[in-house]
Amino acid sequence: MPTWDYAPAPESTDIVSIRDTYGLFIGGEWVEPTSKHYSKTINPATEEVLAAVSVAGEQDVERAVEGARKAFGTWSAIRPADRAKYLFRIARVMQERARELAVLETMNGGKPIRESRDVDVPLAAAHFFYYAGWADKLEYAFPGRRAEPLGVAAQVIPWNFPLLMLAWKIAPALAAGNTVVLKPAETTPLTALMWATICEEVELPPGVVNIVTGAGATGAALVRHPDLDKVAFTGSTEVGKEIQRAIAGTKVHLTLELGGKAANIVFEDAALDQAVEGVVNGIFFNQGHVCCAGSRLLVQESVAERLLGKLKRRLGTLRLGDPLDKNTDIGAINSRAQLDKIKSLVDSGVDEGADMYQAPCELPAQGFWFPPTVFTGVSQSHRIATEEIFGPVLSVLTFRTPQEAIDKANNTPYGLSAGVWTEKGSRILWMADRLRAGVVWANTFNRFDPASAFGGYKESGFGREGGPQGLSSYLRLTEP
Amino acid sequence: MVQTAPSPLSGVVVEEAGGAVDAVGLEARAAALATRSIKRDSKLWALDLAIRCCDLTTLEGSDSPGKIAALASKALRPAPTDPSIPHVAALCIYPSLVPPAVDALSGTDVKVASVATAFPSGQAPLEARLEEVRYAVFAGADEVDIVISRGAFLAGGEVAVFEEVQASKEAAGAAHLKVILEIGELGSYDRIRRASLIAMSAGADFIKTSTGKIPQASSLPACLVMAEAIRDFSDATGRTVGLKVAGGIRSAKDAIRYLVIMHETLGPEWLTADLFRIGASSLLNDLLMQIDKQRTGNYSDPDRYTLD
Amino acid sequence: MGERVDVRKTYKLFIGGAWPRSESGRSYEVMSADGKFIANAARASRKDLRDAVAAARKAWPKWAGLTAYNRGQILYRVGEVMESRRAELIHEVERAEQDQGRHRPDPAESQVDEAIDTWVWYAGLTDKLAYMAGGLNPVAGPYFNISVPEPTGVAGIVCPERPSLGGSCARLAAALCGGNAVVAVASEKHPLPAITMSECFATSDLPPGVANILTGHKEELVPVLAAHGDVDAIDVTGVASKDLETVEAAAAANVKRIVRAGAAGQTRPDRRTQPARSPYEATAFMEIKTVWHPKGA
Repeated sequence: MPTWDYAPAPESTDIVSIRDTYGLFIGGEWVEPTSKHYSKTINPATEEVLAAVSVAGEQDVERAVEGARKAFGTWSAIRPADRAKYLFRIARVMQERARELAVLETMNGGKPIRESRDVDVPLAAAHFFYYAGWADKLEYAFPGRRAEPLGVAAQVIPWNFPLLMLAWKIAPALAAGNTVVLKPAETTPLTALMWATICEEVELPPGVVNIVTGAGATGAALVRHPDLDKVAFTGSTEVGKEIQRAIAGTKVHLTLELGGKAANIVFEDAALDQAVEGVVNGIFFNQGHVCCAGSRLLVQESVAERLLGKLKRRLGTLRLGDPLDKNTDIGAINSRAQLDKIKSLVDSGVDEGADMYQAPCELPAQGFWFPPTVFTGVSQSHRIATEEIFGPVLSVLTFRTPQEAIDKANNTPYGLSAGVWTEKGSRILWMADRLRAGVVWANTFNRFDPASAFGGYKESGFGREGGPQGLSSYLRLTEP
Repeated sequence: MVQTAPSPLSGVVVEEAGGAVDAVGLEARAAALATRSIKRDSKLWALDLAIRCCDLTTLEGSDSPGKIAALASKALRPAPTDPSIPHVAALCIYPSLVPPAVDALSGTDVKVASVATAFPSGQAPLEARLEEVRYAVFAGADEVDIVISRGAFLAGGEVAVFEEVQASKEAAGAAHLKVILEIGELGSYDRIRRASLIAMSAGADFIKTSTGKIPQASSLPACLVMAEAIRDFSDATGRTVGLKVAGGIRSAKDAIRYLVIMHETLGPEWLTADLFRIGASSLLNDLLMQIDKQRTGNYSDPDRYTLD
Repeated sequence: MGERVDVRKTYKLFIGGAWPRSESGRSYEVMSADGKFIANAARASRKDLRDAVAAARKAWPKWAGLTAYNRGQILYRVGEVMESRRAELIHEVERAEQDQGRHRPDPAESQVDEAIDTWVWYAGLTDKLAYMAGGLNPVAGPYFNISVPEPTGVAGIVCPERPSLGGSCARLAAALCGGNAVVAVASEKHPLPAITMSECFATSDLPPGVANILTGHKEELVPVLAAHGDVDAIDVTGVASKDLETVEAAAAANVKRIVRAGAAGQTRPDRRTQPARSPYEATAFMEIKTVWHPKGA
């Protein structure tokens, strides 16, 4: 029998030039952190150090917020059509420098280049283009209301889609007339810093965007700053609750986009091969580092064996390895800390009696890796069915009736997303009505668009990103 | 007492439920597979395999014994100055040209494949269509590429299609039967899957995408859905059926994309001329050009490759 | 050595992405606002118009089938290309409209800037129309019910005489934004800026045939456009008031939608000011489709 091994097809990193050290981007300038403290950021696939990045302390955060406040006066006063033009410029330059951004995103975060190139970067550019178009049309977005910016927004984003999360936060904020201070995640600061050079290229007025890098302490200092009008956070539910506590009683507007434990529900009449693709995409896209990941497969018992057979076989064709290789499907886990969390939850799954399946897979010696994993024989009370793993691990449960699927899907404090696979249209709509989730994907999964609102129910957070709904959380809506 | 006759379709692998295919999901999967980057050794291997799987085709009203002789020569030695280039799998021609093809290719490993059953439309009485099959086989064809009756199929005549394929298989005797679905006329991927299962259940050795004679040619998603049907049929019955893609496949890049679909859907066992074929004419020269480019690093000149 | 002899542009029609002369071989003289000869413009015939409508109809499915985002990017690029030719367009407009005498037109610069900004404005609207004009309808029953705006098809546009660039930009952008294909009859007295604008279309990824521009005598062309059976809507912004009734009556032959700038609640704009920019200008060229589907397990 022939074998066909695909030769390595690495994307070249020549296009990217990474500085040795990065300052903070405040008031349109690169400044040293007050503490002179730097932290190394690495490539999680190789553990190679990429650069040293500033650690912003309280004083740096103070400067950044001040810079944003100062710039707000000008930014909110310029003609909306001109704000639009800056955002259009940003979108266009992001498209021009797309390859550079994608390669850097993969190097710093570990996700396959195919994903950064085909999903993350194009979507991020699209968000800027989309919100650029709203900047001078706000009177049509909220009938009967006058829309005004809030002021200064503090934005803290996670490491799973660094550039895309930056776009989701900054584009609507700026379109609405606010200025921002953004803190990228500790392990993935580089694409935000490269994006700051795009702000310079398009001559965005200084102080409209400020980027402060650092870890948990920097984020905590930022969201507690007394002169903020808005805080937007995407990250774990645990930290989201802390932030909500921290700003309690203040006038700060808050939006949270937190964790999830989405149910991907497959009915017996689903288009099975496409459902398998949807399940695979749902949990293995971006190594499962996705808040809306379909981490629980709820499969109708009558078709469970057949589906699982196809699923296991499909796992065998997933290619794990060098994220810069264009043929890689599964990249690196973002950090050692995350890898440890995944391992610990997977161990609990085995301990609690679920059956684990992993396709045979060679893990590189350096870097952080975890093979795609499927647990069957899972019940609702297993930790792997209730806790967010944030890794390439799928828990499979069965159901018999649509109502049972609803009950199980909703039986979680989370409510970010859900998937429904059936060829019956009326059932899709019936399920969508009853699923307590902010996003319902029917016969597809992990689809995002700047025009489509995204956000959670319950402890998956509140507020929406995308669409005109994504604007309202950055605006004060008053009587006209 | 009422007795019910067994359904003539009881031999068909009937879906437990649905058999539906989501077009958007299918096309997205095919598009994702098309982004595979096949380079260097793996590319050379694929180009070589593509040649070995070629059914070098001529299906023109103007075909004559002279044309067949020239094409047969090309089929045996695609690159006269390069003995490392393998011969193709088969020559694919109209039934009346089978005798000169057999003359030219007997004693070689290149097979003679003949179309039959009123190719390409299939719009002729059944007996006349079966007679064509018998004629081709009698004249020495090793393989017969037949068309299904799309008109009957689209009008709900699944039983008729099943029986016609069965009858064609019988008429073909020891010759291999490839069944052309003409995917461009079937209207939806659900129908392509259904037609695939019916053809395989009725005895097809290969299922084939297109005649190449209508504008809607072969496509990657169609190949994918057919490959999935082949896999499911194999799981259910243990019988492995081959897949032939034809129609509009002109570039080596396309050919490699089809190979990737086969590889990642059916597995390496299908990467052989016994289970995979590409019906093509101008493709062969592009494969040769890409092999040269891969070896030398330079883009080549079309005049270096013979036109037969 | 004397002054360099310049190479003067030939102004032809813009049909199917190319610039043919009128099949009738005719042209007419275009004068500047203060009476000097500028150039000959093609004098389109009814056959040219027929060809333009055929080109628009052929190009329409592809244009309407693009994602709204894609259309937005293409319209933005029209803005980019026009910006890069800003000086040329200012010269065209000045030449056309600058008159030393009675009226005080807007300076050519501001007209051109507004025209460019109009393309940018409508570029940002393409993927927001569905939100503004459509939506889910809470019908009294277990049904999913949604209304979506869709482009009407081929829109005939009679451009206002003035502003010679800004007027045609505003009307074309509004129609194209929603996914329509367009056959425009340019300002008769000042047709040249529109032809230069068509050069921007051709270099901006706008598929050939999506926008077509005819120059010539309105009294010859407009009745044919109004009565053409394969045109879905007619924008009468540039039709003289005395001719409106005849044009609208002719349009009734195939129930054309009658569209006019500012018709959505705003006062009819003064000929000398810029036509209005609003989502309602775009939705005037659109239809609403409503889809029902039951909800049940």
